[in-house]
Amino acid sequence: MAVIPVERKPLSLAERTYLPQIVSGLKTTFSYMFRPKVTMEYPEQRPELPSNYRGVPTLVKDPNGREKCVSCQLCEFVCPPKAIRITPGEVPAGSGREHVEKAPQAFDIDMLRCIYCGLCQEVCPEEAIFLQNQYSMTGYTRAEMVNDKAKLYELGGTLPDQHFKWDRKKEAEEHGNTH
Amino acid sequence: MIEFWSNLHPVVQGFAKGLAVILVIFPIAGACSLAERKVSAWIQGRPGPNRAIVPWVAWIPFVGKFLQRLGVFHLMADGAKFLFKEDPLPGHVNKLYFVLAPVIALVPAFTTVTVVPFGAYFDELGTLVPLALANVDVGLLAVFAVSSLGVYSIILAGWASNSKYPFLGGVRASAQLISYELSMTLSVLPVFLWINTPGAAGSLSLVRVVEFQSQPGFWGGAWFIFTMPLCALIFLIALFAETNRQPFDMPESEADLVGGFHTEYGAFKWSLFFVAEYAHMIIGSGVFALLFLGGWNPLPWVPLETLVTTLGVAHLPPVVGLLSIGIFLGKVVAMMFLFMWVRWTLPRFRYDQVMKLGWQRLLPLAIANLLVYAIAIAFIET
Repeated sequence: MAVIPVERKPLSLAERTYLPQIVSGLKTTFSYMFRPKVTMEYPEQRPELPSNYRGVPTLVKDPNGREKCVSCQLCEFVCPPKAIRITPGEVPAGSGREHVEKAPQAFDIDMLRCIYCGLCQEVCPEEAIFLQNQYSMTGYTRAEMVNDKAKLYELGGTLPDQHFKWDRKKEAEEHGNTH
Repeated sequence: MIEFWSNLHPVVQGFAKGLAVILVIFPIAGACSLAERKVSAWIQGRPGPNRAIVPWVAWIPFVGKFLQRLGVFHLMADGAKFLFKEDPLPGHVNKLYFVLAPVIALVPAFTTVTVVPFGAYFDELGTLVPLALANVDVGLLAVFAVSSLGVYSIILAGWASNSKYPFLGGVRASAQLISYELSMTLSVLPVFLWINTPGAAGSLSLVRVVEFQSQPGFWGGAWFIFTMPLCALIFLIALFAETNRQPFDMPESEADLVGGFHTEYGAFKWSLFFVAEYAHMIIGSGVFALLFLGGWNPLPWVPLETLVTTLGVAHLPPVVGLLSIGIFLGKVVAMMFLFMWVRWTLPRFRYDQVMKLGWQRLLPLAIANLLVYAIAIAFIET
């Protein structure tokens, strides 16, 4: 590496008083007064979130309004901070969905524990749990910060489904093609 | 009305005037703190405080919204907050002096206002009558003498707080004041050498300085900032240092002293320090405007008299008075803006740099400046 000696010029008198520099600095700050403001005024203006944003985990329904979760409890097991607690239940007979066999009786996510890692979404074989763009969770009590099943479905809403896995399974079953 | 006023006992008059000063300066100082927040925000590309609003003002279309965006109600909100929030008194402080310090901060700040003329009108004979609470002949000397007392409150606050950062802040404040007071006083001497003729009775009156800047002719009408730019510059730098404003806010310097002298203060006592600081800034700006910016004269070479005769209101003292106050306040506001503007332009000096600038640069410069002007004035006047 070649060493390039750079000559350090002595400061001129004007430079040593700093006044021209101060004036140019004042010009800069003055021009900033008239530039567009960069602040986002939060509650009224919200940031535009990317589609893969990891917000609050929610449960979603399929486009037919049916519950997708089959309470396999994979998310409960994978959850690093153990924020998810599922009480499995049976799908009652006569609902037309008996072949799904299981559905959660209770599904609680403790948002005080959740670390928004998204592993539950990744592990879910049913595409039932999604981290969506809700990012502002507040509450006055610890109990309020636990999202129960109803709250989770309310937050999640309905997402499009590409597979309709259980419908196709049922169809295949009825046509004698069980695998 | 005027008769009723002049028939009052002088003590009652003085009391009423004093009350008027407090009633005017206190809100103005508060407004300055709001302006500071707003200007800071604009310079930093933020909208600044713009949320607080009084419900029935919100019902006024456009105007209400505009005032809200301007943040004027934050002034009230801040004031109410400072009044009603908890006012803790730390256990380790010297209680008497701790409480006394903010009060002492206010006294010199409000006292100085009395000797600063803020406007003028013409009586029937066409002579200029200045508007000031006390138009004393020692004028500027009184301002310097009383406003320097303000530093005692900072030293007292720093000492009474009984912890190291406030103490350092107080010590720095006193050192800084002493260092810059000299240059400040020396920098204004050429002005008074110029306005006083040798042999005749001298005057340090600020009104006389303004009268001198409102004379006809090229040299008569020139503001002293044009004829004595170096004096103005030294005075301005010393003013920044004396009012503890950036880049000289050593006593506070959040970066190295937490909060400096007011670290232990909160709530209303804290806000009193800031009212005092802004009052000092306002008075400093006012004195600068009077000395170097022609006081209540609207433009250089255009004295107030010319303006009011052109407008045809010279025979209406209230109009002339209000006009002159408006012009003077306009200059003060511009100076206040400069204070805030510089705050967000220059970084804070290191403590040794402040001392070096004060003693090794500004003081010799002020002395040389005084000598040069003294010799020049001696040549011109003899």
